[in-house]
Amino acid sequence: MATKVIQAIYTDDDILMNAVKSVKENKYHIEEIYTPFPVHGLDKLMGLPHTRLAITSFLYGLVGLTVAVVMMNFIMIEDWPQNIGGKPSFSYIQNMPAFVPIMFELTVFFAAHLMVITFYMRSKLWPFKKAENPDSRTTDDRFLMEVSVNEKNYQQVTELIYKSGASEIKLKEN
Amino acid sequence: MYKMSKKLQLAAIILMIVGAVGLIYSFVSTPTNVQEVEEMLAHDEHHGEEEASATQQSEMNQNHKSLSHDDESHMGEAKHDNHHSEASGHEKSHAEHVYDQLKNKPWSAIYTSSLFFFLLAVGAFTFYAIQNASQAGWSPVIFRVMEGISKYILPGGIIVFVILVLSTFQLNHLFIWMDPSVVEHDEIIRNKTGYLNDSFFLIRAAIYIIGWVLLSRVIVKNSRKQDENPSLKLHKKNFKLSAIYLVFFIVTESMMSWDWIMSIDTHWFSTLFGWYVFASMFVAGITTIALVTIYLKSRGYLEFVNNSHIHDLAKFMFGISIFWTYLWFSQFLLIWYSNIPEEAVYYIARFNDYQLPFLGMVVLNFVFPLLVLINSDFKRVNWIVVMSGIIILIGHYLNFFVMIMPGTVGESWFIGIPEISSILLILGLFIFIVFKAISSVPLLAKNNPYIEESKHFHY
Repeated sequence: MATKVIQAIYTDDDILMNAVKSVKENKYHIEEIYTPFPVHGLDKLMGLPHTRLAITSFLYGLVGLTVAVVMMNFIMIEDWPQNIGGKPSFSYIQNMPAFVPIMFELTVFFAAHLMVITFYMRSKLWPFKKAENPDSRTTDDRFLMEVSVNEKNYQQVTELIYKSGASEIKLKEN
Repeated sequence: MYKMSKKLQLAAIILMIVGAVGLIYSFVSTPTNVQEVEEMLAHDEHHGEEEASATQQSEMNQNHKSLSHDDESHMGEAKHDNHHSEASGHEKSHAEHVYDQLKNKPWSAIYTSSLFFFLLAVGAFTFYAIQNASQAGWSPVIFRVMEGISKYILPGGIIVFVILVLSTFQLNHLFIWMDPSVVEHDEIIRNKTGYLNDSFFLIRAAIYIIGWVLLSRVIVKNSRKQDENPSLKLHKKNFKLSAIYLVFFIVTESMMSWDWIMSIDTHWFSTLFGWYVFASMFVAGITTIALVTIYLKSRGYLEFVNNSHIHDLAKFMFGISIFWTYLWFSQFLLIWYSNIPEEAVYYIARFNDYQLPFLGMVVLNFVFPLLVLINSDFKRVNWIVVMSGIIILIGHYLNFFVMIMPGTVGESWFIGIPEISSILLILGLFIFIVFKAISSVPLLAKNNPYIEESKHFHY
């Protein structure tokens, strides 16, 4: 029965923020908010947890660094330690400065690309994915808030949202 | 309005006295003649042999040693230029060589720390000028801290200038090109005398110092006048003056680094050296701004500074630390890779005799800030910023140490009484002047058009 949501459309992000605050204060559950652009501070008001994307990126960077070190050590030092222009290939550390550009680039490469891929996977984005947009105007100039309701409280929630300055209110069955 | 506490004042004075006593002691206790050094060397001989056998274990090391030895004689004073042709004369010239190095020790110690604190103040002021010129909205609440630090430019500049003048009077051998007997026998230096000669050197130094002092004083004065003057005129004037300063600064800073630091190793040259020195002084300046800000805030004087301001300063510390490392490594990699002997001697001297400070500073200036200040939450925690700030300052002192010492005291370096006491002396003076300057005006600049934005800055 809890599969009904109220969709409220706002025309201004300030009004939206106030609405979110009042819905939160009354302890109703916000299902989702659709906005055409990032609204600064919205995540904090909704109480969303902090992203851990930066941490994954750091770890991917370490992976990239390891790949670079292991690769260069195997190729240049262990497998075939040639004398190339008098560079010392006796141990990794002796020839390390020459490998630093590679180590740096692979660290950045892994950190950047794997983080982006992680982002796509976590936010479920890929080509040919069906858009989950409840109202196409939210990509242009409207803000849409979905609040989940049940039989008992939908009346009160509707009133609350009406008072919060919504320009349209719809009850939708999921 | 901040008032410099009696305790801090006392601490600064004690630092100065202890430093001055230590410095005088180290000047007095340098050997007075070559015989003393010979005795000292004979005493240490047993020690030396052990060390030598340890270093000759690998062929690699041995090669380096002999290479650096050749360079030393090539770069060293003319007095012992002939020291490898005469086998018997070797010992004598070695003692003479060490004697010169020991004589230089207290001089280079005080020169290093004077230069470090002076350039740190200039770096902090440059940061301030950038804030003005870029119309930064976050920083006006800490302008008074930066202005206070920039007050040290005048006394610091005078100290550095006095040391340079004394060097031209042959009271020390910090710069070998100032010694006519060296230049006489050294064609490479002789070809540089068009640029490296005493009078032109001092004129240039005076131009840099006077230019920096004048522009910084005028800009700071305008900012203080603005407290009583609500019109935008002074603000616009400071915007223009800051832009002029930045142009003047980047030219003079580059030349300053050739004159005051690179010319110590007169046979060596590097094109990105100016940027490298700039990165070092800039990050040290920003770190000092952060440390002073956190100190004043902890005393309850900067209630309008929030942890977002600290966060921004810490971001700058982090970013410029990495910028410094980038330049450090770029300079090293290019010279190491091509390994042209006339350039590589610079690093061979540092790798052979200065391994710990030379590589240690990379850990302090790069690895440590990289791992600690990369975290967004850590950058808002005062004690973490203070701790990494102190480490960055130590690291950049070591950077100046490693830039200056190998050319002046060579392998006779040690961080002992002369080095530590000259740091204490200048540190005491720095604290005294900076906090006196900060206590002379209200801590919040009035009438700055960005001050309200800055008060509510939030990241």
